[in-house]
Amino acid sequence: MQSGRVCLREALEAHFFRGEFSVFIKMQFMLLFSRQGKLRLQKWYVPLSDKEKKKITRELVQTVLARKPKMCSFLEWRDLKIVYKRYASLYFCCAIEDQDNELITLEIIHRYVELLDKYFGSVCELDIIFNFEKAYFILDEFLLGGEAQETSKKNVLKAIEQADLLQEEAETPRSVLEEIGLT
Amino acid sequence: MSDVVEKTLTALPSLLSLDSQPGAAKLSSTSKLGNLIRGITELTSKHEEEKLIQRELTSIKEQVSSPNTSMRQMKELMVRATYCEMLGYEASFSYIHAIKLAQQGTALEKRVGYLAVSLFLNEDHELLLLLVNTVLKDLQSTNLIEVCMALTVVSQMFPKDMIPAILPLVEEKLNHPKEIIRRKAVLALYKFYQIAPNQVQHIHNKFRKALCDKDPGVMTASLHIYLQMIKENPEGYKDLTASVVTILKQVVGGKLPMDFNYHSVPAPWLQIQLLRILSLLGKNDHSTSEIMYEVLDESLRRAEMNHNITYAILYECVKCIYTIHPKSELLEKAAKCIGNFVLSQKINLKYLGLKALTYVVQQDPRLALQHQMTIIECLDHPDLIIKRETLELLFRITNAQNVTVIVEKMLEFLRISKDDYTTTDLVGKVAELAEKYAPDNEWFIETMNTVFSVGGDVMQPDIPNSFLKLLSEGFDSVEEDRKLRQFAVDSYVSLLQGGPGKLPQRFLQVISWVLGEYSHLSEELDPATVLSLLSKLLDSKNTSSETKSWVLVAMTKLCEGRAGVSVAREVSETYSSSLDTALRQRAQELQHLSQDSELRARVLPRDASREPLEVDSSLSFLDGFVSEALAAGAAPYKPPHQRQEELAQEKALSLEPYGLSLPISMSSCSIGDRQSPTLLSVSSGLSGDSIELSHKGGSATLKLDGVKRVWGREGYLSKRESVEETAQVEVPSPLRSPSQQGEADKSHNQTPTPTPTPEPEQEKQQLASSLFVGLGSQSSVCLMGKSDLTNQRFRRKARCPGTSSGSSEITSNSIVSPPSMVDSLLYNNLLDSNITSELDLASPQSPPQLSQDLSTANGTCDVDLTDRDVTANNPSIIRDNGVVAAEDPDKPTDLCLSSHLPAELSGLSRSEITALCSHQSLHLSACHVQGDDSLALVVFILNSSDSDVQQMLLQLDSDQLEVSSVSESPVQEVRGDSVVVCQYSLTVKRPSVLVEVCGVMSFMCSVGTPQSVQFSYKLPLASFIRPLTVSTEEYGTMWLAFSHDTKQNLTLMREDRESLTATLNVLKNKLQLHVVEIIGMEGIVACRLLPDQPCLMHCRINAGTLAVWLRSPIPDLPDCLIYHCQRALQEH
Repeated sequence: MQSGRVCLREALEAHFFRGEFSVFIKMQFMLLFSRQGKLRLQKWYVPLSDKEKKKITRELVQTVLARKPKMCSFLEWRDLKIVYKRYASLYFCCAIEDQDNELITLEIIHRYVELLDKYFGSVCELDIIFNFEKAYFILDEFLLGGEAQETSKKNVLKAIEQADLLQEEAETPRSVLEEIGLT
Repeated sequence: MSDVVEKTLTALPSLLSLDSQPGAAKLSSTSKLGNLIRGITELTSKHEEEKLIQRELTSIKEQVSSPNTSMRQMKELMVRATYCEMLGYEASFSYIHAIKLAQQGTALEKRVGYLAVSLFLNEDHELLLLLVNTVLKDLQSTNLIEVCMALTVVSQMFPKDMIPAILPLVEEKLNHPKEIIRRKAVLALYKFYQIAPNQVQHIHNKFRKALCDKDPGVMTASLHIYLQMIKENPEGYKDLTASVVTILKQVVGGKLPMDFNYHSVPAPWLQIQLLRILSLLGKNDHSTSEIMYEVLDESLRRAEMNHNITYAILYECVKCIYTIHPKSELLEKAAKCIGNFVLSQKINLKYLGLKALTYVVQQDPRLALQHQMTIIECLDHPDLIIKRETLELLFRITNAQNVTVIVEKMLEFLRISKDDYTTTDLVGKVAELAEKYAPDNEWFIETMNTVFSVGGDVMQPDIPNSFLKLLSEGFDSVEEDRKLRQFAVDSYVSLLQGGPGKLPQRFLQVISWVLGEYSHLSEELDPATVLSLLSKLLDSKNTSSETKSWVLVAMTKLCEGRAGVSVAREVSETYSSSLDTALRQRAQELQHLSQDSELRARVLPRDASREPLEVDSSLSFLDGFVSEALAAGAAPYKPPHQRQEELAQEKALSLEPYGLSLPISMSSCSIGDRQSPTLLSVSSGLSGDSIELSHKGGSATLKLDGVKRVWGREGYLSKRESVEETAQVEVPSPLRSPSQQGEADKSHNQTPTPTPTPEPEQEKQQLASSLFVGLGSQSSVCLMGKSDLTNQRFRRKARCPGTSSGSSEITSNSIVSPPSMVDSLLYNNLLDSNITSELDLASPQSPPQLSQDLSTANGTCDVDLTDRDVTANNPSIIRDNGVVAAEDPDKPTDLCLSSHLPAELSGLSRSEITALCSHQSLHLSACHVQGDDSLALVVFILNSSDSDVQQMLLQLDSDQLEVSSVSESPVQEVRGDSVVVCQYSLTVKRPSVLVEVCGVMSFMCSVGTPQSVQFSYKLPLASFIRPLTVSTEEYGTMWLAFSHDTKQNLTLMREDRESLTATLNVLKNKLQLHVVEIIGMEGIVACRLLPDQPCLMHCRINAGTLAVWLRSPIPDLPDCLIYHCQRALQEH
């Protein structure tokens, strides 16, 4: 337990303090998990080992699920700030640095949910479970490397739709063939 | 949106069976992923899930390695593998296939391949190298979506050493007609800037183009880079202020397309980014702040809607207003804003309000007073995070009068907090406050007891160290010292008598040390009692062996008299057969010293702490041993980084292209900073960081006298200084308890009188008055002057003046530090009794040389110019010759001035004479002259009027340079129509691409009042470079010894066989490098930075470029030199 803590800290430190140039990373990671504590999406903007990721996820899911509904959406957790919000059965949870702006992070979460909603058309947890790769595509188009890349809803969705279009064009003829070949 | 249909996982099975449901239609429930997910949801136990996934993974593994699997199937497999990884099962076998998919798939499969890669791999993963070719190909693709995909993955992760390979392609994309490509290219460059800033040094002008892009998205993306660059060097970007203000004005005014609105607020993310940039630019800069007042005011006014997003902007705005040069009108509005936050019913806003309050309370303590009742309520808030933030706020407003109440609140929180991180942080803060503001001995010792019991083994180790140091070094009054120590002893004895079982190990160590050192102070205390308490500790099985060592050392100090000797014999017999060598050694020491009291008195003198101990950190006393060992044939010692390097080099040879050899050493490079990828510097970097971290944690660290603590990021230094002066006059009376404080309140006129309130409120009011005592407008002084030491009870004595910076090397003689210290001490003393006399020589009585020098330098005007606080606000317009000029250099002056050049410099090569500044008839010019072993700066002062200029004083200063005057006596007057020449010799302290000398000249014209002019002079680092003549063998040994390096590809001068020689010749001529040897495609070059700092360069031709590797013992030197090499080759 003790050594794990130190280990993580070292890993984070090694990333954040590269000599005199402090790396300016806004978001450290984003997790989506269900009310039952099942992870639905995870995006890490800092390099951590799988072991550390698992440990962080486990601890955070536990902490956040234990919070009562009327409580603050922010959490101090180790030396990070956790900003979380629940939408229906899903928790959206972001880790930021202490001096960052918690409220804007809350709105980043909201904008992401809006994007998902628009894309899937009244999104629900199931959409995200079964099409999680799409949810990732949308996230990558919205946040890149932990920074807001494009905040215009229209532009994000345009980019995704264009890529999807390409996908379908290529997919239709082949999928028919494959269906035949397979069955 | 949040009221979207509440479909939860429990509803899943029923949903899946109903294909008509809108959600289910998209679920493609026939897919294999669908099957897998459905399978998992039907399971009941974790164990079953494990089995299912393992089965799934085995089948995926089989299929991915089968040659018949199509890319389309592969895509599907990768999605499933990603899913399994998300559930926490390792699927590392699929990583390589994800890369393959990105490489070979068509657009749609590629997309999944790239996604899987970005999810599977860390940015340090070595497989990432295999992605480089794919990215390269896709960047050149005509399909926009492929280009987008490549840029997306590059902006997330890319091997640092391979950046040069794709950089030109990414740069090219900055001119792409599609804004999405331009935007992603900017973000990719941002990523490069983060991981390897020197690689993108040359494209700063392109960033500027991106900032001016017509598409707001591209512009927004470029702000990420600017924020980072401005953070590192705010001075360099002051000229951007007006543009940023204009952009913000347009955004706030709603000039952006509607798409960028978020809940009808225009581009909030952009606004926040701009506000952050403004606060960096306006910090400590009045004139720059002036430019932004208007737009900040407008931002405050516009953000009135009741929505989270407007609050987010307001918060950033408030932060900015408090960061830049203050303007009372804006501060008032910002304060009102914070008030709204704090008073809000919404808990998130309340939290942010507290955070903002914490942030600004040092500047404006009245704000805390205004909201005292809210703060009290927050202290009892059911949500711990609100409580925690409130304590943080209280911590910032603690003074000598409210310390007891605040510390009590903090300890209360500590007792219920279960989180290690919070405990560590808070314990540190309590210790800091206790040390600073303790009202009396009793309170101090008791508080520290709680700190040690609660903090236990998670607290920062510097807390007990600093506590023991404080006890041993003592304060100004001998009597006080004795009382404090005696009280500590009494308190610890009663703690041990009460049963030490639950006490943490660190606390036991503190206790043993204090008892060993000071129990003789307590007269009623029989040494035998202490010994028996200590030996009980030894017997306890909860006591760790490290603690036992401490206990044994304490016993060694105490084993006097017959009873003592017999206890000592018994104990030493038990432990001299211990398996633990450290314990065995302590036992031996105990045995010997208990029998020879004379020896003990010499080895462990009482009150030894009065004499500082010089620790020989170079271990020179081992030299004899080492040389003997070497003579006997032992291999010479190599530091770890060197061993690593050699290993890396051996491996590197096996890889053909130079560029590709780099990643092998990547494991060591990747975590280091960009200048120094070797292990040594990494470890030093880390240790430096941990110091920083402990400061961040606010733990009590040693406060050295005279070292001012910088309070808050926002503090205004100028303001603080004046405040401190006043603060010294006020000596607040220490108060014992809250009730007494209440009384003190009444006499304290400046404390705000509580408004009349109903009965139940009275308790809170009382708490408020005890918490906020000393925060009135008058006593805000002592709050502001928190760094002021006169307020502190435990004020450290000035010890060993002049060594404060090197304090880590001087430790007190009293075994404060871990037992290893004892070893060297015992060892030395037993072997060599001379040491004691040497110690006497290094007694603290030597005059405070350094500080005296400094004070004279600051107070009067003398010739020594090294430590001057001269600032010059010159715009940084870097000219080609690397000189900043306030006026255009005029040729005639050059001619006429050059004749005044000192004779000894006349034959040497020199820069053009540049005008620095002018004031009426006084003109300053300067040039630099390069000697073989020196660099001279010559300043010409031309007085073109008839009257004389008197009382002239020229002061030069530089962050990067050591400036010393060459002339014996300072020039004080310039006669009419004459020129005076001042000559300075410059050496580099801290390398930087351009180094700058700032100067100020004050003078008195014959008629007028005192005047002064400021100027600055920039010169390239290259002027300090001289050839270094070494042989190839010497070069080899030096190469291995240097730890700071950098690597880069340079363009070759010609494309033929002689290209290496030609290129090196250009460098030799332009930068005065010494070419040591050229062998085939490789060349080695050496140079030195004046006076004698070596830098080595290894060049090799690789694929049409010159791969250059520079090394030096000086951290920034390789980076700066590579920059000049680049320029030299470009200019050629």
